[in-house]
Amino acid sequence: MSLLSVEDLHVYLGQSHVLQGVSFDVAEGGVTALLGRNGVGKTTTLRAILGLAERHGRIQLAGEDVTRLPTHKVIRRGLGYVPEDRDVFRGLSVDENLRLAERNGGARYDLVYELFPELRERGRQLAGTLSGGQQQMVAIGRALLNDNRLLLVDEPTKGLAPSLVTEVANVLERLRETTTVLLVEQNLGVVRRVARDVVVLDQGRVVHASPAAELLADRERVHRLLGVG
Amino acid sequence: MRRVVIPVAVLVGLALVPKLSLDLPYVFNGPVSSPGTLQLLALCLVFAGVALTYDLLFGFTGLLSFGHALYFATGVYVADVAMTKWHWDLGPSLALTAGVGLLLPLVLGAVSLRVAGIAFAMVTLAFAQAGSILVGKNPDGLTGGEEGLGLDFHKLPEWMVGVLNTKNLYWLALGYAAVVFVVARWAVESSPGRVWQAIRENELRVEVLGLRPFPFKLGAFVLSSFLATAGGVIYLFLIGGATPQVTTASFTLTLLVMVVIGGTGTTWGAMLGGVLYTYLDHRLGALADSGTVQDLPSVLKTPLSEPLFILGTLFILLVFFLPGGLAALGKGGRPRALRRIERALRQKPAGEGVA
Amino acid sequence: MDTLVLLTITGLGLGAMYFLIASGLSLIYGLMGVLNFAHGAFLTVGAYATWYAETKLTGIGSVPLRFLVSALVGLAVGAVFAALVELVLIRPLYNRHIEQVLVTVGLGLATTALVQAIWGADARTVAVPSWAGDTTTILGAAIPNDRFVEIATAIVVLVGIQAFLRKTRYGLIIRAGVENRAMVTALGIDVRKAFTLVFAIGGLAAALAGVLSGVYFGTVEPARGTSLLIFAFIVVVIGGLGSIGGSAAAAVVVGLVQQYANYYASSGLGDLSVVLLLGIVLLVRPRGLSGAFA
Repeated sequence: MSLLSVEDLHVYLGQSHVLQGVSFDVAEGGVTALLGRNGVGKTTTLRAILGLAERHGRIQLAGEDVTRLPTHKVIRRGLGYVPEDRDVFRGLSVDENLRLAERNGGARYDLVYELFPELRERGRQLAGTLSGGQQQMVAIGRALLNDNRLLLVDEPTKGLAPSLVTEVANVLERLRETTTVLLVEQNLGVVRRVARDVVVLDQGRVVHASPAAELLADRERVHRLLGVG
Repeated sequence: MRRVVIPVAVLVGLALVPKLSLDLPYVFNGPVSSPGTLQLLALCLVFAGVALTYDLLFGFTGLLSFGHALYFATGVYVADVAMTKWHWDLGPSLALTAGVGLLLPLVLGAVSLRVAGIAFAMVTLAFAQAGSILVGKNPDGLTGGEEGLGLDFHKLPEWMVGVLNTKNLYWLALGYAAVVFVVARWAVESSPGRVWQAIRENELRVEVLGLRPFPFKLGAFVLSSFLATAGGVIYLFLIGGATPQVTTASFTLTLLVMVVIGGTGTTWGAMLGGVLYTYLDHRLGALADSGTVQDLPSVLKTPLSEPLFILGTLFILLVFFLPGGLAALGKGGRPRALRRIERALRQKPAGEGVA
Repeated sequence: MDTLVLLTITGLGLGAMYFLIASGLSLIYGLMGVLNFAHGAFLTVGAYATWYAETKLTGIGSVPLRFLVSALVGLAVGAVFAALVELVLIRPLYNRHIEQVLVTVGLGLATTALVQAIWGADARTVAVPSWAGDTTTILGAAIPNDRFVEIATAIVVLVGIQAFLRKTRYGLIIRAGVENRAMVTALGIDVRKAFTLVFAIGGLAAALAGVLSGVYFGTVEPARGTSLLIFAFIVVVIGGLGSIGGSAAAAVVVGLVQQYANYYASSGLGDLSVVLLLGIVLLVRPRGLSGAFA
């Protein structure tokens, strides 16, 4: 049984039928990468899974139907979310941002500070004054604070300097040992390094699903589906 | 075809009302052609028109104003002051009112439209409050302050004065409502009308097309306010005086309630709301004094004695179960018009991006 | 000079009441996106509950004690009423902002009408402790003592709210929610509880304003909630929607402007000046004093 099962997902944003029957499974353990051209609906898919967008279809988490649940209840089932724009609370300090993510005890501050020692140093600093890379650390740290069984991560390397991209990839590599990650990513280098499976979206539907190595070996297909060489 | 036939039929039907000696017990106090009932009907028609002018502003253009009362009150007070205090004749008084009714929204609108969303709503509220305060202060004894200003009947032509001539005022009110209806229809379907609707949906796109939204928004604002001023004048004739109540924010909220009851975004929806609210406001007051209610135990009687309580409660129920207003009966769901208003409130001022 | 002092302190006293109302409005709008037109009703309910309790608690001989107990009753009633309103009327309309606003409009109208129906439109006298009516002389001006009560209360409330926001978990949730409500839910937090809490706090503060207005004017009346509400809205907008500090600053400015203009220009011009102030602030800086905008 897969950890996450998305069935016939339809999402309308205004007049636009963005997701037209998306179906895919995410197996437990490791990183599944959600790929596709810009604007194809990858972020919308993640948001729909969490209930942040109005959705029709079926979403199952380890066999449990969570389609009708409000967002906070879905999250409490053991999900972590790293949004595309980080969405850290700029008026709150780093500490406060992390503290907000605490759930029922068992917050893994050791792990977070081990991965991102800067967060401990800058604890009192207002998140709004951090650099993009530092905000990304807060966003990821937030999702790691709890022992989540599924992480939804949306373009974590966007806008980051190459050294930070490597750092993020390192973190993802570590994470895939202990939890499952559904990763939206445009950077194929990162995908190549960490992803076990890939799911490709195009025009509101899933057009390809396979082990990552299989797709990435096929240059022509990659170019056709993703528009990159 | 149906779009022309039905309104015309309704118009003709309503025009014939003073000629009918139809008796509707409980609905009205006397036969339909009696002066008392005609007065109430005329009032309903005036507010049908004024509610539509309000809907014209936000239902169609997405501009939510909290100060519409100001322009209605302009019609009421300017005409009254001119005739009663300055002893002008009807003609010049109307001309002055028309002039103010065009100039005031032009100036205030130009200033208010520099912001959008909530800020716009608040600025319009501020200007209306200023007007309300000004009226209350009774400068030079012109406005009569808290007590209002009775109209000097000698300035009115004979056919407008006297109980027996109520039917003439009724027809005047009907004419007003008809004019507003036609203008609203035209406004929506004409090319400025299309631009208004485009602005309402996506202002940024309109700009990209090379059109500047500002003149269109200002035009809608002036048109809607001017029509409201006209309604104020008719109201003055009907009521025979001006009271400061019409300058208050509560009055604007009443207009909002009317539009929501009827359903925003359709021409006849707001009119229906105006009629219904005015009718209920008057009849519920009479109901409260009636024998049936007086016999009720006081726990029921007390709330029912205040029409606003019943109206407020009905309004809440309406919002819960029928947010589209009566116009949405049978359609269900949350009407797009409401989402428009919501977007109107969330708009950022110009230059900060549009919702 | 003594007039100036009197005017200033009176302005601050009025500003204190505006702040109490505005703080609730600001939080509610900042967190929930709801323009609460029923906020004046919270004030009225609190004021009348206080007055009613006073008439019933004749067993307590000492006027100050009776007033204090009645005031506590009024505050409790205001807070509970506000919380109930949120639970019954606002929560079911989650995310339907315009319906929420409309419901508050209807509720505001209905509540004022109901109060008027039960107790009439005329003002009712409130028995206040006698020292509130006495004056203290400051810098040569005779200041009615109730002003100090209002100012002190507002300061306590301001400090209290800020402490709550900065030091408690719910305060943290509210601060985050004002910035980005969706992300708060994406952290597994049920914001709806914060909504009810914010309404209750707002109701409490408004009821407090109602009680204080009873002291300031010596009476309670049905229309007061609505008339003070308009100024509170102005304060909230000038200060920046969602900003408590902004509301406090704006309340001080508005209260002072109103008093000075009323005296130095002409009576009634004070109210006009406040309105014009709003217009000017919005046109120059649509985000209000604090720069906060929903």
